[in-house]
Amino acid sequence: MGSERLQSTPLSQRLGGTLQSVFKLDPVLLFFVALIATIGVVAGYSAAEQSDAWVERSVVRLALGFGLMLLVAQIPQRWFFAVAPWLYASVLLMLVAVWLAGDMGGGARRWLDLGVIRFQPAELMKVAMPMMIAWFLARRPLPPGPLDVTVAMLAVMIPTVLIAGQPDLGSSLLIMASGLFVLFFAGLSWWYIGGFFGLTAAAMPVMWFFVMHAYQKERVLTLLDPTSDPLGAGYHTLQSMIAIGSGGVWGKGWLEGTQSHLDFLPEGTTDFILAVYAEEFGLIGLVLLFVLYLAVVWRGLWIAEHAESVEGRLLAGSIAMSFMVYVLVNAGMVLGLLPVVGAPLPLLSYGGTALVTIMVGLGMLMSIRTQRSFLGHDR
Amino acid sequence: MLERLHDHGRARRLFRRRILFAAALSLLVVFTLAGRAAWLTIAQHEYYQAKAENNRTRVVVLPPERGRIFDVNGEVVADNVATYQVQITPEQSRDVEAEIDLLSKVLDLGPRSIEALKERIRVGRRFDPVLVKTGLDEVERARVARLKPWLRGTEIVSSLKRVYPYGELMAHVVGYVGRINAEDVKRIDPDAYRGTQYIGKTGIERQYEDRLHGEPGYRVVEVDALGREVEVLETVRPVPGKDIALTIDIGLQGVAAAALGEYSGAVVAEDPRNGAIRAMVSRPSFDPNLFVDGISHKAYQQLLNDPDRPLYNRAVTATYPPGSTIKPVMGLAGMQYGLLDPDEPFFAGPYYQIPGNDHRYRDWRKWGHGWVDFKKSIYRSVDVYYYDLAHRMGIDRMHAFLTDFGLGVKTGIDLPGESAGLVPSREWKARTKQQVWYPGETVIAGIGQGYMLSTILQLADMTSTLALSGTRHTPWLVAPVDGPRAPRDRVALDKNDYWERVREAMRAVVGNKRGTAHKIDAPYPIAGKTGTAQVFSVAQNEEYDAEELERRLHDHAVFVGFAPFDRPELAVAVLAEHGGSGSGTAAPIARQVMDFWFDVRPDADVQPEFTEYGD
Repeated sequence: MGSERLQSTPLSQRLGGTLQSVFKLDPVLLFFVALIATIGVVAGYSAAEQSDAWVERSVVRLALGFGLMLLVAQIPQRWFFAVAPWLYASVLLMLVAVWLAGDMGGGARRWLDLGVIRFQPAELMKVAMPMMIAWFLARRPLPPGPLDVTVAMLAVMIPTVLIAGQPDLGSSLLIMASGLFVLFFAGLSWWYIGGFFGLTAAAMPVMWFFVMHAYQKERVLTLLDPTSDPLGAGYHTLQSMIAIGSGGVWGKGWLEGTQSHLDFLPEGTTDFILAVYAEEFGLIGLVLLFVLYLAVVWRGLWIAEHAESVEGRLLAGSIAMSFMVYVLVNAGMVLGLLPVVGAPLPLLSYGGTALVTIMVGLGMLMSIRTQRSFLGHDR
Repeated sequence: MLERLHDHGRARRLFRRRILFAAALSLLVVFTLAGRAAWLTIAQHEYYQAKAENNRTRVVVLPPERGRIFDVNGEVVADNVATYQVQITPEQSRDVEAEIDLLSKVLDLGPRSIEALKERIRVGRRFDPVLVKTGLDEVERARVARLKPWLRGTEIVSSLKRVYPYGELMAHVVGYVGRINAEDVKRIDPDAYRGTQYIGKTGIERQYEDRLHGEPGYRVVEVDALGREVEVLETVRPVPGKDIALTIDIGLQGVAAAALGEYSGAVVAEDPRNGAIRAMVSRPSFDPNLFVDGISHKAYQQLLNDPDRPLYNRAVTATYPPGSTIKPVMGLAGMQYGLLDPDEPFFAGPYYQIPGNDHRYRDWRKWGHGWVDFKKSIYRSVDVYYYDLAHRMGIDRMHAFLTDFGLGVKTGIDLPGESAGLVPSREWKARTKQQVWYPGETVIAGIGQGYMLSTILQLADMTSTLALSGTRHTPWLVAPVDGPRAPRDRVALDKNDYWERVREAMRAVVGNKRGTAHKIDAPYPIAGKTGTAQVFSVAQNEEYDAEELERRLHDHAVFVGFAPFDRPELAVAVLAEHGGSGSGTAAPIARQVMDFWFDVRPDADVQPEFTEYGD
């Protein structure tokens, strides 16, 4: 099939097409992702106090991450959906196992320890969730009827609640969003969407009084007055706002930031790297970065719109919008718009597992983009 | 077919609209974020710039010193001692490599730790100190100090470490602290524990964590552009944790542990007048100092798998059948319910039978005791007397009375991990075993066997109540902050004479020539009750060894007692596992404990010398 397509491709597309035919990737997506990753290394070098060792490790990680993305891009997309229910079910089992093990008094509840490897099932669920919901809804008449919506909502909410109880509120919200976006793209009626937001609003007080831990409440409260407690939870937000605000429009220049170097920013190379970057590159740098993120998201949506299969469309749309949510949650936190939750900034924050998740997602986008069936020219 | 195609097209158009909506939504998100960024960097720029200028200061947390724990005489049982560590700050050193070489010679560093050290220096920031070695002894400190002119980047810093000078002796009372782990984080305020390494894990250390911990302070320091500290601007000193004084007398504790000797078991000594616990020993024990900086996995496994279970608190967590020590309380119940006239003679044969049933409940004495009254039934520990009494009383009334007496209920002592023990009832058996209650079970409950279980603390507390004729106090180890403790409701009986009858009978156990504990009769009047707790089976996971098995099949020896008889000042409960008989093994242990309390220290002014007891 692949060779047939190659022969029928017009010459004008050949140049780009050769690379794609041998090695399947989406050059547009790759370009923007690589730009963002480069910014990450540049900002990280400053945040990590110009440590060469950090740059070495960071570049190695990114290289492995890009390798993983390209590897996933080679996988035929129908394979994703062949494994989706199995992957989802086994991750769900792991979550239950972690939940049971945690109840027996093990310390680190988020991790599943299989003796040789330890990993967080929540991280796997970030990948498995949109695959599962896309697989399920694509087999149903669309837009989904009440029964299908109910089943899909259950499949979304059960892991969400399990992960929220770990307690990992940040991950659980991201996972819930990735599932809900599939429903949204599947054409979920606006009535349902409105009802969901209404319910969420009604659930807020319940969450506040019965579910949230004291420290989580404190983080929400300190949004209102970050200066209240010099040793407390408002510290992070306040320091990152000082770093960004003092950077001004043009920034203080690379390696010239003071706040990050003075250690005011906690976790400078991880969750708060955006503040380090903003201090040195200013509003201009921030807007450039946001535009790059927007480019990735829009490219993802474009891929979704042009995808052949229904499940590919749904999955691509969800991945693109989940990427947006990641950016929103982290940047919102650093800019003092949202409470402090432990969520990394895609491609910039230094952290292994989060990078793997992002790269797998982007790899799947590329796979959906490049592996059209040969019938697929009906647009 | 056409319709499906139509549907398909409709879904396709719907999808396209949703995609456009999502694209618009993400644009909105970016506008919001950029807008917020613009507000911070343009509108608020000057405000934050001023803040950043002031932000040449850094907040350094100063952790509080943990409160110490003392015994009743002011002996330190949990202390903080300074430990010293060497660290090197690369920036301040002229030649880091040379300094490390020099340090490796005087500190005896292996090639692997030197390797690791160099790697940490390479990765770290140049002005951050890097740890070289912890736990320096005096010689090492002196060596480093002498070489100071050649070690410009090296410094010795001290930190406080928790130490338990009495080790095993107090392990089950004081408990220990350990590194804060993920479980602990859930029950503490993380901000209050910034900079703190340790948290109470068991015992008093855990129970009084809030009082011991204190509040952290902080120091605001001015820093230069690279983050070096230039000047201290403000210091808020930490509030150290409060010291805690225990009711335990370390001398008595040591004597009790030594008296128990090789036996596993427990000794609890309580002041009946106020509930203060004077000694609480659980043996075998463990060294709590092992846990402070994290016990090695292997050592922990060894403690966990030790067949003698040294981590198990035999004084408050373990439960045993109380055996015959329950008989004085049974006698009280009999009088209160009008079932027992203490003067009425009773013929005690070799066994008891429930009317209309063949089963024989044997007395410990093969040929019986003949005619006995209540007093003799206590000082000779006549089983048949109590089989009969229990059968006539019935389990419901027995359950009610013993529960009022505090058996089967937690005493409320200020220690974590207390067990409630068990006074069985019909309802309990139906709930846990889905079976009806059999009359025979009432009979053996009458001598503290069968399902009945109590902690040694409960036995000491029960003895205190008997000693003071019904006045009860919650046992305690640490005085509450807000005034003295209120006494608990007293056990009210119809006649005070009942108490006297029981107390006199207990006095006869030691005082009467034929009393089961006569051989511990002392210059001061002791009253008490012996008992044996039957061992029903050997734990399944243990290896069988003929000699060991024989020892393990021995009954547990129990003794409870108080002294002086007329104005009781100390109530003691002793359990020696596999000790055989209460009179032969447990009672002499109690005598030694009381001897120390009454002979060595007739009044509080005399301070005895004690060094290390028990180990």
